[in-house]
Amino acid sequence: MSATGIGAAVRRKEDQRFVTGSGHYTDDINRPGQVHAYFLRSPHAHAKIKKIDAGAAGKMPGVVAVLNGTELATDKIGNLICGWMIHSKDGSPMKMAPNSALAVGKVCHVGNAVAVVLAETLAQARDAAEKVKVDYEVLPAVVDPAKAQAQGAPQIHEIAPNNTIYQWHLGDPKTTDAAFKSAKHVTKLDIVNNRLAPNAIEPRASLAEYDSGADSLTLWNTSQNPHVARLVIAAFVGMAPEHKLRVIAPDVGGGFGSKIFIYPEEVVCLWASRKVCRPVKWTADRSEAFLTDAHGRDHVTHAEMAFDAEGKILGLRAKTIANLGAYMSTFSSSVPTYLYGTLLSGQYSIPSIYCEVDAVYTNTVPVDAYRGAGRPEATFVVERLVEVGAREMGLNPADLRRRNFIKSFPHQTPVIMAYDAGDYLASLKKAMEIADTKGFDKRKRDSERNGKLRGIGYSTYIEACGIAPSQAVGSLGAGVGLWESAEVRVNPTGSVEVLTGSHSHGQGHETTFAQLVSERLGIPIENVSIVHGDTDKVQFGMGTYGSRSGAVGMSAIVKALDKVEAKAKKVAAFMMEAAEGDIVFKDGKFTVAGTDKSAEWGAVALNAYIAHKFTGAELEPGLKEGAFYDPTNFTFPSGCHICEVEIDPETGATEIASWTAVDDFGTIINPMIVEGQVHGGIAQGIGQAMLEGIVYDKEGQLVTGSYMDYTMPRAHNLPSFKVGTTMTKCPSNPLGIKGCGEAGAIASPAAVMNAITDAIGSENIAMPATPQAVWVAIQRANGARKAA
Amino acid sequence: MAMTMSGEYQLAAKRETVWQKLNDAEVLKACIPGCEELNKTSDTEFVAVATTKIGPVKARFKGKVHLTDLDPPNGYRISGEGDGGVAGFAKGGATVALTDKDGGTLLTYNVEAQIGGKLAQLGQRLVNGAAKKIADDFFKNFAANVAGG
Repeated sequence: MSATGIGAAVRRKEDQRFVTGSGHYTDDINRPGQVHAYFLRSPHAHAKIKKIDAGAAGKMPGVVAVLNGTELATDKIGNLICGWMIHSKDGSPMKMAPNSALAVGKVCHVGNAVAVVLAETLAQARDAAEKVKVDYEVLPAVVDPAKAQAQGAPQIHEIAPNNTIYQWHLGDPKTTDAAFKSAKHVTKLDIVNNRLAPNAIEPRASLAEYDSGADSLTLWNTSQNPHVARLVIAAFVGMAPEHKLRVIAPDVGGGFGSKIFIYPEEVVCLWASRKVCRPVKWTADRSEAFLTDAHGRDHVTHAEMAFDAEGKILGLRAKTIANLGAYMSTFSSSVPTYLYGTLLSGQYSIPSIYCEVDAVYTNTVPVDAYRGAGRPEATFVVERLVEVGAREMGLNPADLRRRNFIKSFPHQTPVIMAYDAGDYLASLKKAMEIADTKGFDKRKRDSERNGKLRGIGYSTYIEACGIAPSQAVGSLGAGVGLWESAEVRVNPTGSVEVLTGSHSHGQGHETTFAQLVSERLGIPIENVSIVHGDTDKVQFGMGTYGSRSGAVGMSAIVKALDKVEAKAKKVAAFMMEAAEGDIVFKDGKFTVAGTDKSAEWGAVALNAYIAHKFTGAELEPGLKEGAFYDPTNFTFPSGCHICEVEIDPETGATEIASWTAVDDFGTIINPMIVEGQVHGGIAQGIGQAMLEGIVYDKEGQLVTGSYMDYTMPRAHNLPSFKVGTTMTKCPSNPLGIKGCGEAGAIASPAAVMNAITDAIGSENIAMPATPQAVWVAIQRANGARKAA
Repeated sequence: MAMTMSGEYQLAAKRETVWQKLNDAEVLKACIPGCEELNKTSDTEFVAVATTKIGPVKARFKGKVHLTDLDPPNGYRISGEGDGGVAGFAKGGATVALTDKDGGTLLTYNVEAQIGGKLAQLGQRLVNGAAKKIADDFFKNFAANVAGG
């Protein structure tokens, strides 16, 4: 391993500019003559728009235009779409309701954009928005997914009776029912997976510029996948042909999934820019982010697990209602289906599984992928069932897990996935050693002496990452392929630019991707730059989500590097007058086997361009190769997290006393970056378990719409994480990478809740387990004990 | 979000006087904190403009106020809805009852209100407190007014 190659803890190249304020985020970019957009948003969760009167607003100082949804429709700007088709059990397609970038006739959630005011300054646009009169006829609203399908519930979209988008299922109900009939013990749980706001540090922003000379549009946008944004905005929204639309996602300050999706504001900025022939800029404030960024999770589930007399799992069934909000966001349909139901086997050999998911509309902001996307929900179901099952049967939870682990690979689950590699016993064993589970009983006694309750919780998780084989996801309804592209451009002086379709918004690609190139070509990491996020530079790419940049994006770079090396060997062969087959490339040097002839990387690169050693008939000049890589399987990171909590029963205050994470991510490119990803993921998972929760009141008003009411995890809420790894290489990609971006958020909520419920001796508590919720659960449990 | 509030005030005036003042647009305008306009459009309808600040949200509400269930001089129901523009909306009503007590009049009220938009998003923790203060200010002003004859 070189100091900057694969496996080295190289400091992140990009951090210098981020921590010194030298980054270039969308809001840092300003174009001559730009106007500012302010969106007028519905204060009602559900209402008909009877009239919009912008007469007075249009006369306000600095106002350039006030535009609404009717004008958008007149200009034939199409609706936003959901790009993953899900069919119901009965074969009918999902019920996708019209989703206009500006509301037409009706608003369906608080924050739904009704009109946009364009003015010379943002303050002028805000002032003018005060003068826009919207006459609403308020309709009753429904926000609770469990109530959305009830008879008499307000109907949100005509296309979707009972607000039902689809009724999907996966697995075999007959064999599962049979498994339950033969069970010795059945564990049953009702689970609410709480709704979360993504809260990227950089709010969404768009800057659109129309070039009337070229009749083309440029959009600077906070996107995790600029090419997909361009494709959707061109092909479905019909804004401009693909070759007349450039999308640039410059530095982006975090996404967690929320910046995958195509949002109304970017569509409106593009349209408005062409309409007024001026660049149009919009940057969300934090209040808008809470109201309009796609939220995550929001499942209501009843789940059951069947065990035999020895504690062997016989079957699992789950019935979930998934809240997709008021409209179907870009990939919303896939999250509670193929990213959820397919992971319900966990790390266990389960003979039969049956999962039903009803997706519903409610008068809330759309819900879509958020760090983990479906897999945290699945892990929570499986890991809570296993833990509670162990408690009910009087078995040690670690023993029960061991007894049921999948131990040979490949393993075909009953829910589509074919796990390719893993060693679940190894990660459990290592985690238990690091967590010193043997010493837990003593620590519990110590806590009790101090009047505290102590609990321990395991979460042995699996995830499917690196999405994904295009043909496989296509057969499941995806509207796109999920390969990745890369282009390696070698300059005449030997420095290298890698153009990638992956997008970095915090992941550190500029470092890790450069490490791969440094290792492979034997050149200093400083001589490699990573270019991403611009549809005019990178030909096409599918972007970054689902922990896919390493497993898929880097694999594409490997393929391109293979081609570069092959071409460079030809050049070297001409230079050294040797047979191509005799050229050996190692540590940045080309040698002729069995001789002392050699050529440095830089010399070969130069010769590729000056082309003095070969004719055009013999070899094309230049050194630039591209590749598209389509994976042959998902990757299956796994691991074991162990959480220990100490609770003050008088106040419900819960402290995480220790946290152990042992993960199997396959090959690790940069252990420091991977550890950072693990820390961040756990922090978000702890946030979900103990602090965060979006609340709409029954009228559909968002009452957790600021940091005063929505609690993000802070440093003092978190322990020092004890992080370890085990390693089984992923067999399906050339580097053996599995992906690490989501693992922490997937594993941790179940570990926290298993620990808290262990401590308080009651399963009757939902996330977020705030001090109040913990205190109430303790009182309830004490009451029940006294009554019994 | 929904909000409820109730209370009672002892006023140093006869029930008929209190009733008359409760129906007098000029008196109400003078007593409602932040009220800029209150114009009677019929015997039971007013249009109003009032500015109020709740936490970080300052809103200028324009709205209509209706009087119903008139039972002179025992009470009425006053209801209305105000559009605060970008700040959101408020709507709701109050039942007001007057009874003779200790040589004066006891006014009891029950308010039910809903707020929405930015007010609910940012101000909800503060709304009950702010509403209580507005009510207290109103009745302090009103008590002074009726006592002054």
